Amino acid sequence: MQPLDQTVLATAPPVPRRSPLAGGALSRWRAPLSILALLALPFLLPSQALAVNVLIYGLYAVGYNLLYGYTGLLSFGHAAFFGTGAYVTGIAIGAYGLHPLAAMGLAVAAAGALALALGAVSIRSRGIYFAMVTLALAQLVYYAALQASAWTGGENGLRGFTVARIGLGRLAVDILNPLTKYFVVLAFVGAALAMISRILASPFGAVIEAIRESETRARACGFDVERTKLLAFVLSGLFCGLAGALFAIHLSIVPLDSLAYHTSGMAVVMTLVGGAGTFFGPFVGALAVLVLEDALSLWTPHWQLALGTVFILFVLFLPRGLWGTALARIGAMRGRP
Amino acid sequence: MTGPVLQVENLGRRFGAFSALEGISATLGRQRITAVIGPNGAGKSTFFNLLSGALKPTSGSLRFGGRDLARVPQARFAHLGIARSYQITTVFPRLTAHENVRTALQARASRYDFWSRRDRLAGLEDRADALLDSVGLAGRRGRPAAALAHGEQRALEIAIALAADPKLLLLDEPTAGMGPEETKDMVALLHRLAEARAILLVEHKMKMILGLSERILVLHHGRLIADGSPAEIQADREVRRVYLGQSGGYGHA
Repeated sequence: MQPLDQTVLATAPPVPRRSPLAGGALSRWRAPLSILALLALPFLLPSQALAVNVLIYGLYAVGYNLLYGYTGLLSFGHAAFFGTGAYVTGIAIGAYGLHPLAAMGLAVAAAGALALALGAVSIRSRGIYFAMVTLALAQLVYYAALQASAWTGGENGLRGFTVARIGLGRLAVDILNPLTKYFVVLAFVGAALAMISRILASPFGAVIEAIRESETRARACGFDVERTKLLAFVLSGLFCGLAGALFAIHLSIVPLDSLAYHTSGMAVVMTLVGGAGTFFGPFVGALAVLVLEDALSLWTPHWQLALGTVFILFVLFLPRGLWGTALARIGAMRGRP
Repeated sequence: MTGPVLQVENLGRRFGAFSALEGISATLGRQRITAVIGPNGAGKSTFFNLLSGALKPTSGSLRFGGRDLARVPQARFAHLGIARSYQITTVFPRLTAHENVRTALQARASRYDFWSRRDRLAGLEDRADALLDSVGLAGRRGRPAAALAHGEQRALEIAIALAADPKLLLLDEPTAGMGPEETKDMVALLHRLAEARAILLVEHKMKMILGLSERILVLHHGRLIADGSPAEIQADREVRRVYLGQSGGYGHA
């Protein structure tokens, strides 16, 4: 038992010590406050396309954080759900002429089903083994998409679907206008955030945190650890699938990269830079990483090198991430231990 | 209810060719403190892991309240009324003391509810406070478990175990690493707890065991070599030979 537990510790997220629910108004109103902050975002960033990316990758990281930051499971394969969400949306619209909303619903369901399958295979391995199994499974999905080029467009990515309007009947809005598109995407992201906040505040949210803190104790208390982890894995997959679906709608193409391992890595980097196990942290992480990527790629083609360096510095010197550290400061100012 | 709480019959556990525990038989009634002692490697931990479901026996049987535990998964043990503490304190370190206990209470009330508010589950808040109070941690409710003193963490772990309302409480060295003052508090707590349930504990502090327990089981090389009252155990020649005598009396650490 001992060595296994140590392996788990080595991959455990550096979440804030204080429970998120103990944090007063800031945490009680976390969903509305997050949405409020995101409403202002397009007016603060140089381009609306960048702002939409922050929303989409932010939701992707929030979905990932549900598993990593709150349940304590380090997955290296979440691109599988993001990419599946994107591809299913694109194929359903492009090849089958589905209504965009129906396509997105189908995409989220597909990502959830895939998460159920991959989770069932991977959930019994722990720590770094779990990370490796999820990585391997996600690579299988990547190669499947590469081979099935008749469906997916293979290396060229999926093209030939464009969504100009989204919504129902007369309520449909034109999303060719970048600012309108931003707010449409925000409507989905905001709804997802409200749901995630609710889940985290629920009894189930307490159980996943307990499992993150001590699997042994959670099991001894009478919780079915494996089933709970699988449920958390599926929930995480659903939200990452929604992020993928929005990504497809946003770009009107689905690059094969959306399934690649560095997209999985993006979720890890953004979550850690923002603050694992914090509600809004993943958005801060997405913002920081995307802005940095934007700025660095203007200067040098080796921007990934710089980004990697920044990531290592964060892990070493700011393990709670930007938002996690800020929350700890606020907590300290309130005179908490 | 009268009758035995736990019936252990011819219980054994092998790890490959190694037999960690063999032919253990004992019956535990209600409302008493039973201690399990034995030199290192005697099979105490294996015994505890079998009783708490962390390991499954390779021979013999375990019955709890008349029910065969052979096919019961570990997570069900708490629901049946068997709870345990660990030799190395096992709590939820970054949750507050109160959340530790409330979450443990939830195991019986709400495990897969995605939609209610966890802090508004009927009665759980108050019961968590009552349990903290019963182990002397009322003043620490908002502290993260990791920020508590060692003795307080041990007490918190017991409060978590009590959340299952166990009929049998298994305590693996409840006073490990404690000073004399903390040990005294723990002994008083154990006496109170034993009024309402059977307690089985592993301990190394011989003086404490002799004063605390009504019954002692002695394990040696995976076998039960003695079972009796403290006086009987002290008088038992076999026990004196293999265990008490080996470090010159009661000072075994």
